[in-house]
Amino acid sequence: MFKNFVMPDFYPAAPEIFLLAMACVILLVDVLLGRSQRWITPALTIITLIGCALITYLTMDGQVVLTFNNMFVDDLLADFLKLMVYLSVIFVVVYSRGYLVARQLDKGEYYLLVLFATLGMMVMISASHFLTLYLGLEIMSLSLYALVAIDRNSSRATEAAMKYFILGSLASGLLLYGMSMVYGATGTLEIGGVAQALNLGVANKTVLVFGLVFVVSGIAFKLGAVPFHMWVPDVYHGAPTPITLLIASAPKLAAFAMAMRLLVYGLFELAEHWQSMLMIMAVLSIALGNLAAIAQTNIKRMLAYSAIAHMGFMLLALMSGVVGPDRHYALNAYSSAMYYAVAYVIMSLASFGMVLLLSRAGYEAEHLEDFKGLNQRSPWFAAVMMVTMLSMAGVPFFVGFFAKFSVLIAAVDAGYVAIAVFAVMFSLIGAFYYLRVIKLMYFDAPVDTAPIVANLDMRFLLSLNGIAIALFGLFPNTLMSLCTYALLRSL
Amino acid sequence: MSSYLLSLAIWVPIMGALMVFAAGSNKNLARWTALGVALAGFIVTVPLYLGFDMSEAGMQFVEQRAWIPRFNIEYLLGVDGISMLFLLLNSFITIIVVIAGWQVIEDKVAQYLGAFLIMSGLMNGIFSALDAVLFYVFFEASLIPMYIIIGVWGGHNRVYAAFKFFLYTLLGSLLMLIALIYLFLSSGGSFNLLEWHQLRIDMTPQILIFLAFLVAFAVKVPMWPVHTWLPDAHVEAPTGGSVVLAAIMLKLGAYGFLRFSLPIAPDASHYLAPMMIALSLIAVIYIGFVALVQTDMKKLIAYSSISHMGFVTLGFFIFNQIGVEGALVQMISHGFISAAMFLCVGVMYDRMHSRNIADYGGVVNTMPKFAAFFMLFAMANAGLPATSGFVGEFMVILGAIKFNFWVGFAAATTLILGAAYTLWMYKRVIFGEVANSHVAELADINSREFLFLALLAFCVLAMGIYPYPFTEVMHASVDNLLKHVAVSKL
Repeated sequence: MFKNFVMPDFYPAAPEIFLLAMACVILLVDVLLGRSQRWITPALTIITLIGCALITYLTMDGQVVLTFNNMFVDDLLADFLKLMVYLSVIFVVVYSRGYLVARQLDKGEYYLLVLFATLGMMVMISASHFLTLYLGLEIMSLSLYALVAIDRNSSRATEAAMKYFILGSLASGLLLYGMSMVYGATGTLEIGGVAQALNLGVANKTVLVFGLVFVVSGIAFKLGAVPFHMWVPDVYHGAPTPITLLIASAPKLAAFAMAMRLLVYGLFELAEHWQSMLMIMAVLSIALGNLAAIAQTNIKRMLAYSAIAHMGFMLLALMSGVVGPDRHYALNAYSSAMYYAVAYVIMSLASFGMVLLLSRAGYEAEHLEDFKGLNQRSPWFAAVMMVTMLSMAGVPFFVGFFAKFSVLIAAVDAGYVAIAVFAVMFSLIGAFYYLRVIKLMYFDAPVDTAPIVANLDMRFLLSLNGIAIALFGLFPNTLMSLCTYALLRSL
Repeated sequence: MSSYLLSLAIWVPIMGALMVFAAGSNKNLARWTALGVALAGFIVTVPLYLGFDMSEAGMQFVEQRAWIPRFNIEYLLGVDGISMLFLLLNSFITIIVVIAGWQVIEDKVAQYLGAFLIMSGLMNGIFSALDAVLFYVFFEASLIPMYIIIGVWGGHNRVYAAFKFFLYTLLGSLLMLIALIYLFLSSGGSFNLLEWHQLRIDMTPQILIFLAFLVAFAVKVPMWPVHTWLPDAHVEAPTGGSVVLAAIMLKLGAYGFLRFSLPIAPDASHYLAPMMIALSLIAVIYIGFVALVQTDMKKLIAYSSISHMGFVTLGFFIFNQIGVEGALVQMISHGFISAAMFLCVGVMYDRMHSRNIADYGGVVNTMPKFAAFFMLFAMANAGLPATSGFVGEFMVILGAIKFNFWVGFAAATTLILGAAYTLWMYKRVIFGEVANSHVAELADINSREFLFLALLAFCVLAMGIYPYPFTEVMHASVDNLLKHVAVSKL
């Protein structure tokens, strides 16, 4: 009966297995902890993530390894993105702790759900099969839905969770429907198999393109691109800030991986079709994100709209990979999209980290006014926020400039000069609301004069985050080349 | 030929600024550190002049290092006869600004001085960058400290002025960025400016590239009709901010024309020269009239700056040696004179807290030493012979008459207009009866103010009487540039 059963190679999935095992351990340990030992859970969470990072780093050999009957892939792209995910989740955990403790939300469930969400992202990043991808997506999304509602006494958070859940499920449904169409046309769920079937040209194009529309919609929802962006401002605003921080950081990398796996690895033959869909979404996202952000008075909402605009920029690179029959632009375009996603995550962590820094027990620093006069309260952290805002606005010498720069090169290279001009004009409009934050911090007198309370670890990491934004701007080559190299070895 | 002088000129002030920030709330420590850094920043630029080979038209003190190999971007620095003097001017003005802010700025001293030092380093970077991305990065980064300076230490309407300044200039530079990327792609993957100078480009792209650069540089110069940010920025900025803005920042745009527009798109430059000359003349004449009716001294000097910068762009686009050299001399001379004029207004503003001409009158009775200095600078601004203001204007007018008599004639009206608005203002502020009790209580300049005014007065006179040391370094490079521009790249 078991004659045909071959033990799969678990080795490529070692980080996922380790994380899952540790999550179960933490689940058990957490129950036994007393009030005064609460710090053990976050400490274990961070140790788990560092362990994952070590495993990923040590097993990284640059080979593309498929396992579990070609359902799971371990390549350099996956390793690089996973390392970035661990890193950003570590930042999230450290930034969140003070906020959660002050509101008695630092329960074990929070850390577990964060770990499970991380697991989901890892599975998504390593998926080479539609089912694995969907599985990862759902692990991540369900954990995030629960996290948004973790403060059960907050009606706003509950509403946000409902909205997120319903729209998220709808998007998952769309994605599944699209996948089933692709399956119908190609007869396989393996991403590599789909690409092969398309290459041979035996698949029914009409059905494929029909399915593609749904697949792209699903991806766009997860990225939060217009017109699938409705949930973004409400969820960013409604969720407790640490959760917003989480949603706004690592999942963007997972969504990028999803887009890469589905569109580039699987449906590359249909590039001309999905590129034109991405183009519409990119243009709309950049326009709407930047325009709507101006009108916001709540910084979390403002950053939500800015996230939409940033995702538009990333799509701008993704849509520039193929020009007619010519594909030599692809590497450049996709690596700049990846670089953009990584740069955005670094900036996003710093910006929401600042919101968390200014919040304290019983006080949410989520209005723009709360940043008034920060330069007088803490010149150092005002500088960190200034660097972050300027970087988001795309002003050199910060990482955000080079991210925009490489995306623009990709777009102009592909011949989309008009769209590039359009994009920079809207980033000019975008500069206004980032500058407004700097204006509040530097030009205005403080309203809130309470001293900033934060743990040393948070202060340290947030400073590091700000310095990273500046250093990656002064020496952008390392990160850029890493992205290119990781993609080159994985395509 | 390898040298670290240019890197030092850029990074000494910037690293020094970090030291000044570290001084934090200790105001005197911050001031002395800043002065030390500014002096060091000036000292490292002096060898650039002394070691400069005047017979060499190409780049000197070149530094070349890979910066972003991913896009073939280099850390490539170098100066020629066109750019070298601006590094000295910039570093010199930085010292003046530090001294000028000594007792005036009491709020967040370290940040104020640090911002100026950073800006000084960044602007040295702009004048010496030979890689387009490096240039762009410095060009845009220099907006940040100025935005902060106007916004934090500025006047009543500072927020509006700071935003207008930042967004206006950003608008221009973003379009330039697209042009840079286009040139990168069409040159086969290089951001090296000197290689771009050799690039062959068709007429239509040349015109588009020229226009993209025009938006960026015209905003910065500023040329009519995109000049409106300048009066706002000048009026609201603190004295030091106005000085740097007028003396150095405006020159960035003009420098950009010489380094980018003319050599990269020579055919488009010739084709669009009539438009550029027309815009320049409008700036010279129309803005001269606008200056005449101003009631605010800083605004008046701001408009006079626009008018003088019109001379500079005029000199560039008549394409002859004397015109271009005159324009360059005018840029440096205007750096001294406008700095001095804004400092003079600053001296009065610190005492009276008013910039309105109507609030003054008879200042000479209470501040005779000051009145003497102000007289010299006002005369220089009006283009009196034996001051630096005369040399540049005269050369440009000569060049313009060679090019076309009526263009020269129109340009020459500035001698009347400039004298009219400057001297009329001077008369209303300085001469006459003591206007009110505030003026009667004015104290004459102290030794610190005497120091920086005297330094500038020396420069203005020296350059006016013996301009040769300034012009001799330019000859070879300007000659080379004009030869280059005369050859079609189609």
